Amino acid sequence: MAKYIAKRVFLSLVTLFVILFILFMLLQFMPGSPFNDEKLTAAQQAVLMAKYGLDKPFMIRFWIYLQNVVLRGDFGISYAIKKDMLVSGIILSRLGTSIRIGLQALLLGTGLGVLFGVISGSKRNTWMDSMATVAAVIGVSIPSYVLALILSYVLGYKLRLFDITYKVDNPIGSSILPTIALSFFVMAQTTRFLRTELIEVLGSDYVKLVDAKGVAKLKVILKHGLRNALISVVTILGPLTVNLMTGSLVVERVYGIPGIGSLLVEGIQVNDYNIIIMIAFVYSALYIFVNLVVDILYGVIDPRIRVAKGG
Amino acid sequence: METYRKEQFDRVGLQNSKQQEMLLGSPTPFLKDAWRRFTKNKGALVGLIAITIIFIFAILGPYINQFAYNVLDKIHVNLPPRIQFLEKLGIFNGFEGSYNPYIEKGFTNSYYWFGTDVLGRDLWDRVWMGTRISFYIAMVAVGIDMVIGIGYGMISGFFGGKIDTVMQRIVEVLSGIPNLVVVTLFVLVLKPGITSIILALMITGWISMSRVVRAQVIKMKEHEFVLAAKTLGASSFVLLFKELLPNIIGQIIVMTMFSIPNAIFYESFLAFVGLGLQPPLASLGVLIADGYRSMITHPHLVIFPVVVLSTLMLSFNLIADGLRDAFDPKMKGF
Repeated sequence: MAKYIAKRVFLSLVTLFVILFILFMLLQFMPGSPFNDEKLTAAQQAVLMAKYGLDKPFMIRFWIYLQNVVLRGDFGISYAIKKDMLVSGIILSRLGTSIRIGLQALLLGTGLGVLFGVISGSKRNTWMDSMATVAAVIGVSIPSYVLALILSYVLGYKLRLFDITYKVDNPIGSSILPTIALSFFVMAQTTRFLRTELIEVLGSDYVKLVDAKGVAKLKVILKHGLRNALISVVTILGPLTVNLMTGSLVVERVYGIPGIGSLLVEGIQVNDYNIIIMIAFVYSALYIFVNLVVDILYGVIDPRIRVAKGG
Repeated sequence: METYRKEQFDRVGLQNSKQQEMLLGSPTPFLKDAWRRFTKNKGALVGLIAITIIFIFAILGPYINQFAYNVLDKIHVNLPPRIQFLEKLGIFNGFEGSYNPYIEKGFTNSYYWFGTDVLGRDLWDRVWMGTRISFYIAMVAVGIDMVIGIGYGMISGFFGGKIDTVMQRIVEVLSGIPNLVVVTLFVLVLKPGITSIILALMITGWISMSRVVRAQVIKMKEHEFVLAAKTLGASSFVLLFKELLPNIIGQIIVMTMFSIPNAIFYESFLAFVGLGLQPPLASLGVLIADGYRSMITHPHLVIFPVVVLSTLMLSFNLIADGLRDAFDPKMKGF
């Protein structure tokens, strides 16, 4: 097990390094210079380039960059959004909001997903199952920003039940709509996955045996069925995280949430490269971290995987 | 040495030829069988019909009215939808709340079926042109990553050993990078346009395809028919393309069907983040991204593209689900 974990951690670190290198390389090809100000003369631009160290050869700059990132967590300064401020400071101040809303969506989505999945999987081929299946297909198909638009138009604007935009002084109430918009895909995917798993588990011999012994139906489903089906649901946490991150970009924009998703969109529009690179890195690191945790967790809770992957 | 004679042996089991084969009806070919199961699935059938309709509109739509998708019109600006005949039923009658710009401004003979946008362009034409572009991008991107994914997966799975180990390490590292990051940065570097969007989708899309193909090839190559072909001296090329590929085509088709809505989604996502196509070109994503700014005053600008996009995504997913069940009922929950 220790060997397996060490291998996974090492691979994750390699991936992070590769990502940093690719990001840095892409940074060199970005169109336009961060000093796109027309008032600047060529000489002034050269001075600025030298000031930010943009005139040195590629590998040397990457080495300096790598040291800054690894040793000090320093991704450079913002060129446009908040001039001369450290991007790490700007991003860290916004990261909390994004993560909180992401977690809210994850909890709501998986909670409802498990509920619907259990209903759908245990009452197979009933009207409840059909409803849950249809809702799940819709949830998987409709992009979260479309949902965000519909929710803010119907519940926010027409019915005036919730705030249309995010308000810093009301962080919970005004984050209800974005949370719902983001959680829909999570819910749908969990439902679909759990349903399939549960049907398989409930059809297995040991469940049939428990059933034959006359254990109450609910207890069979919850104690013997759900517990085993949930193990494999852990594996979809990785894809769900990606979806939440992708969704956060657009959903934060629709609701004007001061998170890192909307910051990335802003950075893209004004060519603030250091912001873009750092957020891309944060997203990748988060994704790799979740995948690592899922892999290890999966090995811990399911002994079969531990043996199979042990070598 | 003892010799065996025929009389010493008794035939066990089948006594006469009648018992040998008692198949009822003629055997059903694989694809025909899959098609039968597919058409039994109501959802998948609805999806197929919806996509066919949208496809026909995407091709013919722009030609069946007198407007064009890229002609600016300073007078007919921000008009709500209005359709002949239907307006008598009280829907699509040009009213926006209690205000009807068609009557107020005297355009009593104009019928913009989906309305017009801020620059007076006809939304009907723009929606179908947009659908066409979204379709195009998704098809080309998925087509290319199908080829790359199949090639990579087959080589990795078939040859195994060191080749497989190296190739899978590369895939593991690459799949550690979220698609969102790759696609966004790639388009940013190459400047938004059809080609750069297709390239970005291609770079990220092939990985999942290669994984499915690899897993299937590893499973299939142990079968007797492959061994038989190998024994008869078939080359690796023949084994891969004549023996293995036809046997995993079902999974490939299913995977492709799942990739198409994914590509459509990423394209519209890019548009929403400000990395979409440049005017006058417009995809569904661009239309939604433009329309949502004035969603409260002119909801029609965002409703039509959203409905088409959502129907498209839903239908592709339904078809993919149906195909998955049709080709391999055991492959559920993918």
